[in-house]
Amino acid sequence: MSLMLVFAAVLAIGAVAFFVGRQRALVQDDGKVKPHSRAHYHGWWAFLLATMPALLLLIVWGVGSNVYLQEHIKSQLPMQTADSPIASEKLAASLTTSLANGLRRLDPQTAANPPASFAELQPQLAARGVALAPDTQDYMIPIAVDANRMQDRLSLIGAILILAVSIGGATLGVSHVQVRARARNNVEKLVLWGLLGASTIAILTTIGIILSLLFQTINFFERVPLTNFFFGTVWDPRFAAAGSGGSEGQFGLIPLLAGTLYIALVAMLVAVPVGLMSAVYMAEYASPRVRAVVKPALELLAGIPTIVYGIFALVTLGPFLRDLSAALAGGTGFIQAQSVFTAGLVMGVMLIPVVSSLSDDIITAVPRAMRDGSLGLGATRSETIKRVILPAALPGIVGAILLTASRAIGETMIVVLAAGVAANLTANPFEAMTTITVKIVNQLTGDLEFNSPQTLVAFALGITLFALTLVMNIFALYIVRKYREQYE
Amino acid sequence: MTDIPLNGIANGTVARPRRDIGLKRRYAAERRFRIYGVLAISVGIVFLAVMLVTIIGKGYTAFWQTTATLPITFDANVIDPENKRATDPNVLITANYPKLAENALMAKLGINPDDKVAARKLKGFLSDGARAQLRTMVTDDPSIIGTTRNVEILVAANIDSAFKGQIDLSVDESRRKVSDQQVTWMKQLAAEGSLAEHFNKGLFTFGASSRPETSGMGVAIIGSFYMMVIVLLLALPIGVAASIYLEEFAKKSRLTDLIEVNINNLAAVPSIVFGLLGLSVFINFLGLPRSAALVGGLVLTLMTLPTIIIATRAALAAVPPSIRSAALGLGASKMQMVFQHILPLAAPGILTGTIIGLARALGETAPLLLIGMVAFVADRPATPLEPSTALPVQIYMWANEAERAFVERMSGAIIILLIFLMAMNITAIVLRRRFERRW
Amino acid sequence: MNIMTETALESAVNDKMNGTPNETIKMRGRKVCVFYGEKQALFDVDLDVRENQVTALIGPSGCGKSTFLRCLNRMNDTIDSARVAGKITLDDEDIYDPKIDVVELRARVGMVFQKPNPFPKSIFENVAYGPRIHGLARKKGDLDEIVETSLKKAGLFNEVKDRLHEPGTGLSGGQQQRLCIARAIAVSPEVILMDEPCSALDPIATARVEELIDELRQNYTIVIVTHSMQQAARVSQRTAMFHMGYLVEEGETDKMFTNPDDRRTQDYITGRFG
Repeated sequence: MSLMLVFAAVLAIGAVAFFVGRQRALVQDDGKVKPHSRAHYHGWWAFLLATMPALLLLIVWGVGSNVYLQEHIKSQLPMQTADSPIASEKLAASLTTSLANGLRRLDPQTAANPPASFAELQPQLAARGVALAPDTQDYMIPIAVDANRMQDRLSLIGAILILAVSIGGATLGVSHVQVRARARNNVEKLVLWGLLGASTIAILTTIGIILSLLFQTINFFERVPLTNFFFGTVWDPRFAAAGSGGSEGQFGLIPLLAGTLYIALVAMLVAVPVGLMSAVYMAEYASPRVRAVVKPALELLAGIPTIVYGIFALVTLGPFLRDLSAALAGGTGFIQAQSVFTAGLVMGVMLIPVVSSLSDDIITAVPRAMRDGSLGLGATRSETIKRVILPAALPGIVGAILLTASRAIGETMIVVLAAGVAANLTANPFEAMTTITVKIVNQLTGDLEFNSPQTLVAFALGITLFALTLVMNIFALYIVRKYREQYE
Repeated sequence: MTDIPLNGIANGTVARPRRDIGLKRRYAAERRFRIYGVLAISVGIVFLAVMLVTIIGKGYTAFWQTTATLPITFDANVIDPENKRATDPNVLITANYPKLAENALMAKLGINPDDKVAARKLKGFLSDGARAQLRTMVTDDPSIIGTTRNVEILVAANIDSAFKGQIDLSVDESRRKVSDQQVTWMKQLAAEGSLAEHFNKGLFTFGASSRPETSGMGVAIIGSFYMMVIVLLLALPIGVAASIYLEEFAKKSRLTDLIEVNINNLAAVPSIVFGLLGLSVFINFLGLPRSAALVGGLVLTLMTLPTIIIATRAALAAVPPSIRSAALGLGASKMQMVFQHILPLAAPGILTGTIIGLARALGETAPLLLIGMVAFVADRPATPLEPSTALPVQIYMWANEAERAFVERMSGAIIILLIFLMAMNITAIVLRRRFERRW
Repeated sequence: MNIMTETALESAVNDKMNGTPNETIKMRGRKVCVFYGEKQALFDVDLDVRENQVTALIGPSGCGKSTFLRCLNRMNDTIDSARVAGKITLDDEDIYDPKIDVVELRARVGMVFQKPNPFPKSIFENVAYGPRIHGLARKKGDLDEIVETSLKKAGLFNEVKDRLHEPGTGLSGGQQQRLCIARAIAVSPEVILMDEPCSALDPIATARVEELIDELRQNYTIVIVTHSMQQAARVSQRTAMFHMGYLVEEGETDKMFTNPDDRRTQDYITGRFG
């Protein structure tokens, strides 16, 4: 019986338990004693008892039997020797597993007694659309058949156990139904645990990010010294294709970090003044009619995915700036098609709505009394804004700018398309530089051996990026929170 | 006059002469400041307009595709010269189908079949996609062999561009991709009415292909659809449940503070970091398949969760305490209060947040690159476990192609993506306007 | 000092000493109507404000007294939906005349608000704000002098002289309100509008501010909105009673409280509604 079928069966038992439980509660209510809980709560409690433990067991059994099966396959494989045709035990085990999965596509007769040689078996499998690695060995066939048999047995036992637990739970739930039984409290307690569980996912995600990045990074630093990475000024990882063993490369973070910060700086120089001025205008000057049109327009601008900005920079703006500079300088232009300037400019425009919506919230949080106080003294609007509102909103605006800077540093698609891949170390904004995010993408797309430093360096870059933005985010969130409390 | 301000302080009551408070200068500053504001907003709007206009200008032609309608003779001598198709099914698979189309074209243009020079020039005229198209026709219905049918066949991308007038024909022949002879034929066919532009269905149904005219975003649309369904099914319930706990049940403690900081920070973590998470946890650790929409959906779920949680919490917090007291005062349990009163009132806000979160997830590219969705997938995936791509990833892949026909398709795909996103964002804005409640 | 100001000072002092009220009309409102969008908040109000007197505006909440006050220095301009009709003059000049500059008007007619609203700056900077924006201090020393004089007039100088450069938001509520009054005085306005200046203060701080108002009367024309009958009786020379957007009655405070003409005034004063 497949797991999906068992799952459906458990749900069906749960549904039956619900209706029986509810019916029982309705029958028991003779109107003499006030029931503690309404009938459907009894139904739900029976449903939960019938399904929850059974589904938990289903998951545990599913994972457990898979692990057991893998171990079983491994134990049956012949010892690895230096001249074995397969490089590692892990690979052999995975080949056997895919063979076993492939056999399931054949008709049961053949699957139970397949031909003894892989050469004979392969075309039969191929006819069913199963493509297997050519280095699958003959000796794996009986192991795979055995594994399939064992898997069938395991899932049958599992199904019986799970259904038994489910029916047991249902019976228990139904037997709990009594007039004064606190079914509602039971159901609600369980729901509360569910809610609590959901809210921990955020923490689990963060832990997952940190652990996964950390493990791979430690792995990386076992192969490449820390100083090479953090203080190296040359980025030349010697792209190694899968299987070539990987020659030593240089993994200097400095040029990438410099590029990241430089592009982010250019972007902030565009985004902060423009975004802040738009927010000020929207909050202080714009008539309600203008606001009603421009605010959604800015929101739509914020809703455009960054890849679209990147493509605009790559296809339109980059070549345009190059040709423009060529026309200005005569001959070759001083702006390259992919440059810090182009990437920063486009990223800056992408960030305008971010700055403006964050600042708009913060400016409108400044109490009206401040404005009135200043206007009442005969200040003009711009004097009020420059001398009272902006200084009062300053901490919040600093927080908003930090959050935006963190976005700029972590932005990927614009720089992948518009900044270039050459890890230059230059001060000229019209040349190409590259960023941390670009290199993460570069190192992890394409066929790469997962355990080579060329791949693992992406995780070291990732954790650097994560740490950098984490510090900025937390600091910014702290400032903004303090700022909001001040005016609440 | 100089000491008037001080006098004024001393004697507030006098009908004094007008003080000079620098009005002219101050109003000039005021005007300048206003102009800066208008300029700032204009910069944003103008950039948006320029970007949209260039993309639409480059992309709208992608929705039309040139086809040639040719009377194809399914000649048994070409398909099965040795007459073995009854015994060997491979014959019909491997037959020389392009030859059929070529013959039909030559007949149509009145070219002598033995003219080798003309035949070579004709090679690049029709799309290689004709092979698959004619093969499908024959394998579906072998009785077609020996008959003649009118078939619409895609022309090659260069001819398509030329026919749409996108290739500058005044350039020297050697420096453009379409020869003068091909242009002549093109005009001849067009005059006869057998060359025409049609709505480009293939753009929405084809998968990856190395030829622009037979590549489309069919796979990407399905992949994105799977991912959106996964995000909606996972992120919405989990996000709402988490928000309800944090907003209604959790007591203020270190733990809830930590969760709160965590969520706010997660909302600002660079998306590419989520890609790294997906790669090492879902693919390497849990062993889920690379390039699968399932993994993409899970990664996007984790990314979207904070957005939904933040929006939901704001919506819950906006429901006034009086409603809570009213429900509790009637003897409802806290759980009943939340699910029967607070949640329905907060629903529009939650919906708005969810739509915005989904829109962001739909346009997200970077994390998907890391989990292997930059893949050449020609066949539409039947389940979320099979390799697929996503709309923005497809756009990224086309952006890396050199041919102009790919740029056209890329811009067309951006238009489609933007239409989806705009529709979602506008729905969210309208929803918010409509249900915005002032308590 | 020039002669004109000296005589003015003298006459003001004489007025006070002789007890004969100065009957010069400083501000004059004629048929003032205010609309917020479709809703009319004020109906044909005719009210005069006499120089160097405290005029109190009383009435139940929502009666339009604050609305009228905000018309006097055109603070209603800052509300998008508000529209003012009728005529209001300051020294016989129509303040809603397009030729009149609102910034200049507000420099002449200052305002103190219901809730103390010091800027999040130092005490010194709060008071110096007005003189700075209007460019009233030509020399460095001038500004210090204006700040000191203003704080002294507001009766706050001794309490804060050692911490002029600490934030104004750190003061107590009553001190904050006196700081706001000092801030208004620093611009040396001719009229000071006060919108329930004591409603957020405790009784002791209130008494201190009321004393201050009485002192300021010698140099400034003051219009005060209050919901406290006693306060109106204590600080004002003339009182105007508003109800439902109409001016019900206006006259000398003593007479208003002892022998009002209008029944509604009597009801309000005796606490029958409000």
